[in-house]
Amino acid sequence: MNPILVFCEQRDGRLKKAGLEALGEACRLAASATRDVVAVVIGAQVASLAGEVGRSGASRVLVAEDPRLAQYSSELFTSVLAEAATLLDPVAILMGATAMGKDLAPKLAARLKTSLAQDCVALAMEADGTVVATRPVYGGKLRAVVKAKRPRLQVLTLRPNAFARQEAAGATARVETLAVPPDNGRPRATVREVQPSAGGKVELTEAAIIVSGGRGLKGPENFKLIEELAAALGAAVGASRAAVDAGWKPHSYQVGLTGKTVSPQLYIACGISGAIQHQAGMSSARTIVAINANPNAPIFKLATYGLVGDLFEIVPLLTQEVKKLKGGDQA
Amino acid sequence: MRIVVCIKQVPATESKLTLLADSSDIDRSGLSFIVNPYDDFAVEEALRIKERLGTGEVTVVSLRHHAMQKPEEALRTCLAMGADRAVLLSDAAFEGGDSLSASVVLAEALRRLSFDLILCGKQAVDDDGGAVAIQVAELLGIPHVAVINKLELNVPARTAMAHRPVEGGVEVVETPLPALLTCQKGLNEPRYPSLPGIMKAKQKPLEVWNRETLGVAAETIGAAGAAVATIRLEPPPVRPAGQIIDGDAGTAVKELVRRLREEAKVI
Repeated sequence: MNPILVFCEQRDGRLKKAGLEALGEACRLAASATRDVVAVVIGAQVASLAGEVGRSGASRVLVAEDPRLAQYSSELFTSVLAEAATLLDPVAILMGATAMGKDLAPKLAARLKTSLAQDCVALAMEADGTVVATRPVYGGKLRAVVKAKRPRLQVLTLRPNAFARQEAAGATARVETLAVPPDNGRPRATVREVQPSAGGKVELTEAAIIVSGGRGLKGPENFKLIEELAAALGAAVGASRAAVDAGWKPHSYQVGLTGKTVSPQLYIACGISGAIQHQAGMSSARTIVAINANPNAPIFKLATYGLVGDLFEIVPLLTQEVKKLKGGDQA
Repeated sequence: MRIVVCIKQVPATESKLTLLADSSDIDRSGLSFIVNPYDDFAVEEALRIKERLGTGEVTVVSLRHHAMQKPEEALRTCLAMGADRAVLLSDAAFEGGDSLSASVVLAEALRRLSFDLILCGKQAVDDDGGAVAIQVAELLGIPHVAVINKLELNVPARTAMAHRPVEGGVEVVETPLPALLTCQKGLNEPRYPSLPGIMKAKQKPLEVWNRETLGVAAETIGAAGAAVATIRLEPPPVRPAGQIIDGDAGTAVKELVRRLREEAKVI
């Protein structure tokens, strides 16, 4: 049976959660057909990551190491994965729908002249290996169920936080070297530097918990309340378009149709009315909490739990309560 | 500098969408359509580059991917913004494709238009795939940088430096030209078409190219050339109705935390 190939992205020597989630889903799909799951790791010095990849479900880990691969290059990474695809003839190639994945997958699919499904939130595999994928469209207002015409080399990117990692504690994978293809002479874009963002430590698109602030905060200095609650929860901080347009936070914090799409376990919206464009960015969160003074705010129709009241009173109390809970956990 | 901008006409973002009876597509009758918002940043950037250099030509191209679409309206809007020339790719054989078969058509059209730079929006807000532009670059054998929010051109050196946001930071990417770049919000503030611009647009050339003009093989384009097909569209899963937690702030907060831990199990 043809294997499933999974690209496990790493940045700065750390494996991306989204890639390991894709690996977990590949294992789930492969289980019913006893297919192999083969992972690929690419970078300058990444052999040490193979162990964690193996413990996350891969039976084989192909490591492509080369100084030229220290930074992301769509051309070089596509060549490496195309090489792996030629060697393994996988039924499908999965990766996380991260900034890198969403950039790499289309180029790879065009190189291989094959199907592509971006930002999938659910997958199923038919007996012949055809993947049936569900993916949000129209800003999440609808979902498309799509299927490749041929069960071969199907390229899919998986939305972060939509799938589960697997943990196979004792498992050891076979680790092999994947030869890096020689320079094909094509002109290419090169990453000259990566500037770290001034923002919070937890990346929005990868966060399990997000606390977001909106117009109801009344001013940029009040984001302190959001940040304190986020710190207590180990959460990322987000902002509505109103807060970003007002200059209270940079665009990298924006959750919504023209900002980021997030899929956390818990989304706490403070002083956010919940316009349809904001909902487009967070409506797939598993649990939503809304805190707003206006009982008619649209966000309450979406929220799992709603608190109608003054966020300047509620949010600090919530931070206090969370700290007590966490303190109790550690006792 | 010859700049080509690929644009897509999409349903207006606040549209209420209903499905056809067979769920194969949305019901397009009665919808209003706009230039894909991310493509506005691409058109605007092209115009600013031309204005800064004091020379050059901006061509906008659009593919009709559905019989009920009218991309010529979107193209006229771009001509009204200041683009010099428009090309509409229209043929029944182009319709119903996936990102790859659409890219085949666009790439062939671009080969017939000489270019130093291709600009596109980062994704179309109907399909949200963000794939076509990247696949066009691959088919043309040129480099791409996607999702850029800052661009500096070095015309004598024929290179560009672009910023693209990634998790935890910004990649600063240099590319030789010709290249394809996709535009993210924050790159610029797109202009509105002026009344004189709208009048002038009526005189600017809008050519229509079909399969014969491009000479593309029927089995590589449109529905015939698609590698993936949409089986159906469906509404997102319905969220179970939520609850307002009553009481004064102190009581409500304690109850919320209890439910988040015991019911939702998220903290």
